Parts: sequence; C-alpha cells; structure tokens
Amino acid sequence: MNNQTHKIMPVMMLTPKPRPDDRFQLRPWHGLVLIVVCIAASIPAAFAATDPGRASTWDILVQWMPLLLKGFIFNIIISISAMALGTLAGAALGLGQISLNPVVRKFAWITTQFFRNAPWLVLLFFAMFLLPFEWKIFGLTIPLPDWLKAMFGLALPVMANVSEIVRGAVVSLPSGQWEAAESLAFSRTQVLWRIILPQCVKRMLPPWMNLYSILTMATVLASIVGVSEVMTLTGQALAAEGGRSDLLIPFYSFVLFLFFVYCYPIARLTVRLEKKFAVKT
Amino acid sequence: MVWTDTDPMVSIKDLHKSFGALEVLKGVSMDIMKGEVICIIGPSGSGKSTLIRCVNALNNFQSGSILVEGQEVNDPDLDKLELRKKVGMVFQQYNLFPHKTAIENIMMAPLLVLKDKKEDVEKLARGLIKKVRLEGKEDSYPGELSGGQQQRVAIARSLAMNPDVMLFDEVTAALDPETVNEVLQTIRDLAEDGMTCILVTHEMGFAREVADHIYFTDRGVIVEHGPPATFFDAAKDPRTIEFLGQIL
Repeated sequence: MNNQTHKIMPVMMLTPKPRPDDRFQLRPWHGLVLIVVCIAASIPAAFAATDPGRASTWDILVQWMPLLLKGFIFNIIISISAMALGTLAGAALGLGQISLNPVVRKFAWITTQFFRNAPWLVLLFFAMFLLPFEWKIFGLTIPLPDWLKAMFGLALPVMANVSEIVRGAVVSLPSGQWEAAESLAFSRTQVLWRIILPQCVKRMLPPWMNLYSILTMATVLASIVGVSEVMTLTGQALAAEGGRSDLLIPFYSFVLFLFFVYCYPIARLTVRLEKKFAVKT
Repeated sequence: MVWTDTDPMVSIKDLHKSFGALEVLKGVSMDIMKGEVICIIGPSGSGKSTLIRCVNALNNFQSGSILVEGQEVNDPDLDKLELRKKVGMVFQQYNLFPHKTAIENIMMAPLLVLKDKKEDVEKLARGLIKKVRLEGKEDSYPGELSGGQQQRVAIARSLAMNPDVMLFDEVTAALDPETVNEVLQTIRDLAEDGMTCILVTHEMGFAREVADHIYFTDRGVIVEHGPPATFFDAAKDPRTIEFLGQIL
C-alpha cells in the first residue's frame, strides 16, 4: 500500500493544476466578434434586397450612429441618476430595517419587500402614470418630463435592492464587532457609523455595482413608455428608413454592442473586487 | 448608601438568567473586592461566559442583582455607557476592528467616547502598546498580527478606557499554544498592578497562580469556591473532583 502511494505521488504532482485563466472568460473582443458576426450575417440579406439606387447597410448605420449614441448617453444618464436616487433612498431604508424602533423597522421591511418583489416594468408604468407631468409649488411650475418620471420609476426597485444590500452587509458582520464596540461604551449610533458601516462598504460594493449593471440594461424599458432613449430612437430610425428588414439586425446589434461595451467592464471590475475582498476578510 | 472601595467592586446576588426556556444561571452569587483576581472555571455550557457578560450588560438577566461599584445593573434606567466605561472586556475572538490599525483600535474609544484630547490619547496608546509588549506594531492592521498579538491589542484597547474592572472571557481559548503565554503574561502584569479582574478560563495552572479566589460552576450554579490552594488540593464536591480529575 505504502509502495503504491509512493509511486503515485510524483505522477499526481506532475499533473498541472487547472488555473482559473484557462477557463473560458468573456473578453471585450468577444463583443466585437459578436457585432461583426451579426453584421456579416445580415450582408446576404442586404445584397439580396439591394438595388443600385439604395445605400449600403453599413452607410445607413453610420449615418444614424450619432443619434443612437446620443440616445445611449441618455440611457446612461437615466441609469446614473436612478442609481444615485435609489442608493440614497435605499441606504436610508436599509438603515431603517436595522432600526431598534419596531415601527420604523416594520415600515422599512414592508417597503423593501414590496418594491423588491414587483416587476420593474410595472413600477415604471406606475411612475409614468401616477406622477403629474408638471409640479406646481408656490406658483412655480416644475415640469416633470417623461425621462425624469422614468428615472423615478427605475429608482424604486433600485432603492429596495440597495436596502437589502445594506441590511445584508450589516447582519453579515460578526456579532463580536458589535459586542466589542458596545463593551467599549460606544453608543449605538457610533457603533453603526464608526465600526459597522465602514466595514460594510467593502462588502456592499460588488453587489451594488452588479445592481447598477442590471439597472443600466433595464433602462431600455423606458422605451415602452415613450422616453427617447436608444431603443426608441433605433425604432424611429428603422421606421425612417422605410422599415427595411435587412437593417434590423445591424441596428439592434449596434445597440447590443453599446450595452456590452459599457456593462462588461463593470462586471469584470465587480468580479475583481469580489475576489480581492474575499481574500482579505 | 454610597459605595466606597471597601465595599465589593462587583457584587452578584442570586442571579438568574434564561435564554427562552433554557435556564443557564440558576442563582449565582459572588463578591469581588477591589484589586482581587477571580477565576471562574467549569465545563462548557455551565454559564460562565453568560455570567460575566451580565456584568457589563451585554446580556440582560431575569432576576437577581449585580452591583458594580454600587450601581445596580438590573435597573431599567441604567446608563449602560457609564457602566461600560468602568468595566472593560476582552473576548475569546479578540474582535479587533479590522479596518483600523492597532493604535487606532486603542485610541478610538477614548477619542470618541471619553472625548479626550488627541495628543493625550496618543501618548496613552503608545504607553499601552509598550505595556503589552507590542512596540513596532502600532501601525499594523489586525489581519497582519498573530492571534496572541491581536489579543494583546484587544487588552490594551480595553485598558485605554481606564476601567476599574476587567472581564476576560476565555481569552486564550482561540490561541495557538505558543502564543498563550504572551497573553497570560500580560494579564499577570495587570493583576500585579492591582487591576480587579474576573476571568473565565480553562488555564488551570494560570488560575492557580494568579487568582485570589476560584469559582467552579456547573449547570448554572456555583458548585464550590475557595482560594486556589484549598480549591485545587482539597476540593470537596464530587463534581469538582471529577472536573479537576479530567483536566489536570
């Protein structure tokens, strides 16, 4: 038995360890390949439909690109502002969930659960149709354009998710941190703000960034309620080109590509941070 | 009645504590005088840790009384923060704040709770680092220190509040054997300086050496207590004899 193990051992040691790098991972150039493949796939259709008087698919796409990019920047603006608003409200709600006051705690919990378990699109519709198109305070009229309403609508599920991220991070810290801080005569507020939350930021960052990616991709929902973001503009551009079916794939591929290029680095960074923090604590 | 330091520093009378239906302390009483070092020993689950966690109000209790310098801990109007300024505590798992360096761990409470001046606190902290023999480790983060070093920082952190009583909850139980002694030495120094200490420990040799009085608890009651010499060499209760037989 002993002899056998001795024989086997060197062989086992020679086997190379599977390195994480060997696994297949999406890289930015995969996105480029994707768009090239999509456009290439649409070329036969384009040629089939081509008569000498019509411009090529590529030329048409290039012509519309500035407008589509503008629409996409609008998506990003909506995503950033919805994220900012949702994070502020969600942080408050998350702290409410760990409040010692049972009324506050219950309220925060119910609010969180309600918005976390509602479809984003339904919340978006609610925001679009419940919010007035303008707001009158002290004779001052503040217009509420559609994109602002959409921003509010998307901030609601973000708020609920951030609330859970905050609560989850706080309860995931070992109870010894609370006990040690309390036995040093820190007040509850001091324990929370000086000891607990600073340690939570690290834990919250990856899921928070993940949520942002999801939100960015969800901004296209705003097209359904008529906000002039990238999907709406793509539809309009296609209509303006006379609804040519050979343009559909190149145009929507371009939109996919924009989202990929924006969201993928965020996803990579999230994974990097997750790994980094996992080792440290 | 005004408390003077000839009265017990900590006086526990008929303490009862339950977690739900489980009664873990069934009428525990003991007095600890100023400058005394007492050790509480006993099998796991006998309520030792629960007992000392009641002293600084980390646990509440159902009935009985704990007086710390004459202040009733069971009082619903108790100012817990004032109590905890007087009672320091060190834990089995160190519980240092991982986002702060060793010296910041020590300085935090005096700065934020006592609102002392920064230069005074820093001087105090450096003195304490020296006292626990950790010169050169001031700016290390807890993750960079060994278990024994972390535990000594934890002791210094607690001492920085200048407490009158120190509670030690199995502080060497999580340590590697080779670092146990450095922590015990730190506690020994404290005891020699006249600090009132209540220790829950499994280190019998150490208990015998430093304690003025040993309490043996089992199933929520104090089975037997006495000065170390009598306790270890002339135990009377069969449960004590059995326990000592198992571990010595």
